[in-house]
Amino acid sequence: MKITRKDFLRLSGLSLLAAGCKPAVRSANQPASGTGAAPTQLTRWGMVIDLRKCREKDGCNACVHACNAAHNVPQIANRAHEVKWLWTEPYATVFPSAQTGYAPQTVTETMVPLLCNHCADPPCTRVCPTQATWKRDDGIVMMDWHRCIGCRYCVAACPYGSRSFNFEDPRPSIASINPDFPTRTKGVVEKCNFCEERLTRGLKPACVDACPQHVFAFGNLADPDSEPRQLLRDRFAVQREPELGTGPSVFYLV
Amino acid sequence: MRDRVWIFAGLALFVAALTSPAWYALANAKSSSQPPKLQMPANQKECVAPAGTMRAAHMKMLIQWREDVVRHGDRRFVAFNGKVYEKSLTGTCLGCHNKQQFCDRCHAYSGVSTPSCWNCHSDPQTVARSITRSTP
Repeated sequence: MKITRKDFLRLSGLSLLAAGCKPAVRSANQPASGTGAAPTQLTRWGMVIDLRKCREKDGCNACVHACNAAHNVPQIANRAHEVKWLWTEPYATVFPSAQTGYAPQTVTETMVPLLCNHCADPPCTRVCPTQATWKRDDGIVMMDWHRCIGCRYCVAACPYGSRSFNFEDPRPSIASINPDFPTRTKGVVEKCNFCEERLTRGLKPACVDACPQHVFAFGNLADPDSEPRQLLRDRFAVQREPELGTGPSVFYLV
Repeated sequence: MRDRVWIFAGLALFVAALTSPAWYALANAKSSSQPPKLQMPANQKECVAPAGTMRAAHMKMLIQWREDVVRHGDRRFVAFNGKVYEKSLTGTCLGCHNKQQFCDRCHAYSGVSTPSCWNCHSDPQTVARSITRSTP
């Protein structure tokens, strides 16, 4: 078949035009994705801890025990190797910048429950080289222990000390293994997962259910009518080191 | 043809050396052509996929389940026959299968090394046994 110069030029012109139109057609076909306003977050799990109620039963630690039992958290005597999901520290350690020097001893000397803050802008996920830790759409800073290579960048990045590294095999240090939840293995980092496995079953986190004082209010921070939002409206709350810009989802009523 | 004896002797020696692992295993009763005796679940007749698929691709399915559950929070598995299962190794798989009598036996027979699943995930039956043993 012979092609004339005129036909060749016409064909080339049409091809170029078609190639030029491709991006326009593609963007016209997908109007919803990417463009426009950022999608509003429907769920952001958060927690409000009422320290006034917690002080009434100082040292009870029911929340800590419930968490440890539910998640097979090992109890390692060597403090350098210890693994923590939910633990307690004195008030002065938790809120070092909120010291007036005149607060009553009942406030400054009682223990404060601590856990992963499930930050709005978590520094730990940013440094993870394997995306073993990431922020879910519902605000939970999740971990995939299958993917963790134990580099401990996240441990260094977390300003709250919420992450622990398994320096040794944790299994011998677990009194009674809960088969419904995996243990971890030597060489991975672990932390609180906001009881993600319980939330999918419609349950509240283990610490919330275990507390005899109902210290923990757990709910959706994006919902103005949720329990934590109501508490945050009624009372003044603090977060741990909010000046770092991490946006913790755990609030304390002092 | 003067070296015939040497050639055939050498050949026989070579074949003997080549097949020695098989003879050794047979002599020590370490291997057999019989398939492993697997304990089938008593409470279920049907798996989440046909047996052939499971035999060939259970490892791929478990990896897929792992990705779905951990990374996407998707725990619902709709089987080929429309039944819905939870994507859970310890819950669904070991809810029917016995790890030692099923998984481990076939893996040992096939010479497949123990997968790293069990470094973290626990066999509910083993855990239950160890608890009853430790309590007086």
